[in-house]
Amino acid sequence: MSKLSLIIKREFVAKVRNKSFIVMTFLSPLLFVGIAVFVGYLSTMKADLKTIAVHDQSGKFFSEFKSDEEYKYVDFSSINLQVLKDSIVSEAYEGLLVIPKEDDSVSFQKGIQYISNDSPSVMFISDIEEVINHKLTQENFQKAGLDTLAIKKAKSDVSIHLTKATGEEALKGLNEIKIGIGGAFGYLIMMFIVIYGNMVMRSVIEEKVSRIIEVIISSVKPFQLMMGKIIGTSLAGILQFLIWAFLGLFAMFVLSTFFNVQMGATSGMEDQAMQMAKQEMGGTMQLYIAELWNLPIATILISFIFYFIGGYFLYSSFYASIGAAVDNETDSQQFLLPIIMPLILGVYIGFFTVINDPHGTVATVFSMIPLTSPIVMMMRIPFGVPLWQIAVSLIILFATFFLVVWFAAKIYRVGILMYGKKPTWKELYKWLKY
Amino acid sequence: MIFEIDVEFCNLKNMSNILEVKNVVKQYGDYTALNEVSLTVPKGSIYGLLGPNGAGKTSLIRIINQITMPDSGEIILDGEKLNPSHVSTIGYMPEERGLYKTMKVGEQCLYLAQLKGLSKAEAKRELEYWFDRLEIQGWWNKKMQELSKGMAQKVQFVVTVLHKPKLLILDEPFSGFDPVNANLIKDEIIELNRKGTSVIFSTHRMESVEEMCDHIALIHKSNKLIEGKLSDVKKQFRTNDYEVGILTENIEGLMYDLSQKFTLSQTDFKSLHDELKLQINIGTSTPNELLNLLIQRGQVTHFMEKIPSVNDIFIQTVSDK
Repeated sequence: MSKLSLIIKREFVAKVRNKSFIVMTFLSPLLFVGIAVFVGYLSTMKADLKTIAVHDQSGKFFSEFKSDEEYKYVDFSSINLQVLKDSIVSEAYEGLLVIPKEDDSVSFQKGIQYISNDSPSVMFISDIEEVINHKLTQENFQKAGLDTLAIKKAKSDVSIHLTKATGEEALKGLNEIKIGIGGAFGYLIMMFIVIYGNMVMRSVIEEKVSRIIEVIISSVKPFQLMMGKIIGTSLAGILQFLIWAFLGLFAMFVLSTFFNVQMGATSGMEDQAMQMAKQEMGGTMQLYIAELWNLPIATILISFIFYFIGGYFLYSSFYASIGAAVDNETDSQQFLLPIIMPLILGVYIGFFTVINDPHGTVATVFSMIPLTSPIVMMMRIPFGVPLWQIAVSLIILFATFFLVVWFAAKIYRVGILMYGKKPTWKELYKWLKY
Repeated sequence: MIFEIDVEFCNLKNMSNILEVKNVVKQYGDYTALNEVSLTVPKGSIYGLLGPNGAGKTSLIRIINQITMPDSGEIILDGEKLNPSHVSTIGYMPEERGLYKTMKVGEQCLYLAQLKGLSKAEAKRELEYWFDRLEIQGWWNKKMQELSKGMAQKVQFVVTVLHKPKLLILDEPFSGFDPVNANLIKDEIIELNRKGTSVIFSTHRMESVEEMCDHIALIHKSNKLIEGKLSDVKKQFRTNDYEVGILTENIEGLMYDLSQKFTLSQTDFKSLHDELKLQINIGTSTPNELLNLLIQRGQVTHFMEKIPSVNDIFIQTVSDK
């Protein structure tokens, strides 16, 4: 067996056998699902019922307010306004809505007040405004002698129909889906880089701390050791991701089987309306699914593999040389920040720029810069990127990768034999010339 | 002048040396770690590489192990220019040593032996031999972190010699060992040497050098100052001082006569008599001239040349420069 494959094997086995790896692999999906369920549960929890006192001097509006699960409206029009205000201060009610007598429209509009201790939500206020406006508009129509029914009919409700230049039918919200898919891949690359890059760094530090490093590099070249470490760790990471994907598929399979059984049990009770609704839903869903199939899936997957390899190797050589330069993890912080920054920048550009203008200058430039290209380009690809751009971006990425590995290997070679010094950037630069 | 000797003789010479270092220079930035250092390590020798901390010993050893490259100069190992295949002919125990803490002893040794080029089966066979020999069979499945420091050192030694290296390079080999284990390892090193392994010791513990080495070299401030057979080096550093014990009636007379010819000083050594004890520097005279004089004046109980210890040579050389 060649030395490189021996190193890869050892790194892989060391990672996979590590207790924290096993725990992380099987616990984090549980944790993930747990958090999702918890958040879902929280969002379904009903808010507390709030009682709103309404002092409607005009007597026309109270009947328009419909109590629901969140807000209950109580008519206190007959009670003295000052008493009501005092009761608000003593927190007997959430708020007090005061509607004055309708003398003239200007002073009336100024006279409407909402009094409360806590500032109300924007939604609540706009709801109230809408109710009052609706009522007033209706009245105004009547006063002017307009036929409200005719007006209702005359109103149009346009929903723009989207069609691509190629003549295919386009769907709304597709951009969101595209950025979602690209973002998922980009985010995956970023997470992998951060998690496993750190692992590479820690494993380098471990060899320094345990002082085995000199024993090993008397047998193998530092470059072999570094590459073996990076590859071995990434294989462990890929295994972890595969296990997660498998667990995810398995969970989906179990859930859908379970769900189908339930559906079957209740199918007898399904009425026609529900079936109709389902069919209609199915219709649009089919369109969406067809549209998803139209995405450049092969390009996405193939470029994912390349960007994944290029990006991960590029960054983990940074991580490896940082690990070699420092004696312990705390010292690594100052060097890590410049590495994390472009990753975060990539994600931000992806979600803010690419979604609005996937082929604009900013998105295109950052999908060429090697430090951000794995993330930004992955987000652009679902929108359709010319192949030559992908090719150029990949060439730049891999060229940079080879350059960085060369530099990283130099720093690594010197760094692993340096003890007790807290290196500075200047020092690292000096090591390049050794 | 060595370079002018004819080529055939040179080749012959090469074959009897396990290692030749020729004019090696190594610089780190502005700092010169090795300045035109040349060494010759004969086959089958135990070679002591001496020098104070920071002299350049470790830099030289790292170059021999191909961990770093010399800026200029040449290394010849067993008649061949140093190349990557030599990794398997050298066993190296660095001063800064350790093993993977969370890895099991057996697996770890197998891994490191395979990195040195052994097949898995070979490595296993050798490992069983050494574990038997050092009586550590029970450790195979233990993790390194469960072992004490002395135990770990034993494993480290096994790792170093497992692949039957022709040249063993040991940097401060006895640091961290208790006296019992240090002795055990020393005996193993001598046994390996008897079977033909050449050994380079890098140390500043002079007593082990005195005891084991037949050749030494002294490096100080990046330069080699002394090199050669231990006995030759000692001859070179002899001071012509003799320790003399004599029983005589007329001490003053003897002292007067001696001081006419030699330089005298008081000294002390263990003896059975209450004699006059002197250290006498004979200068250019022969020992017999001194002895003749002494015999005429009394009963000589002690007559010995003061041989410089490696420690003396070390300190003298280092403080001269």
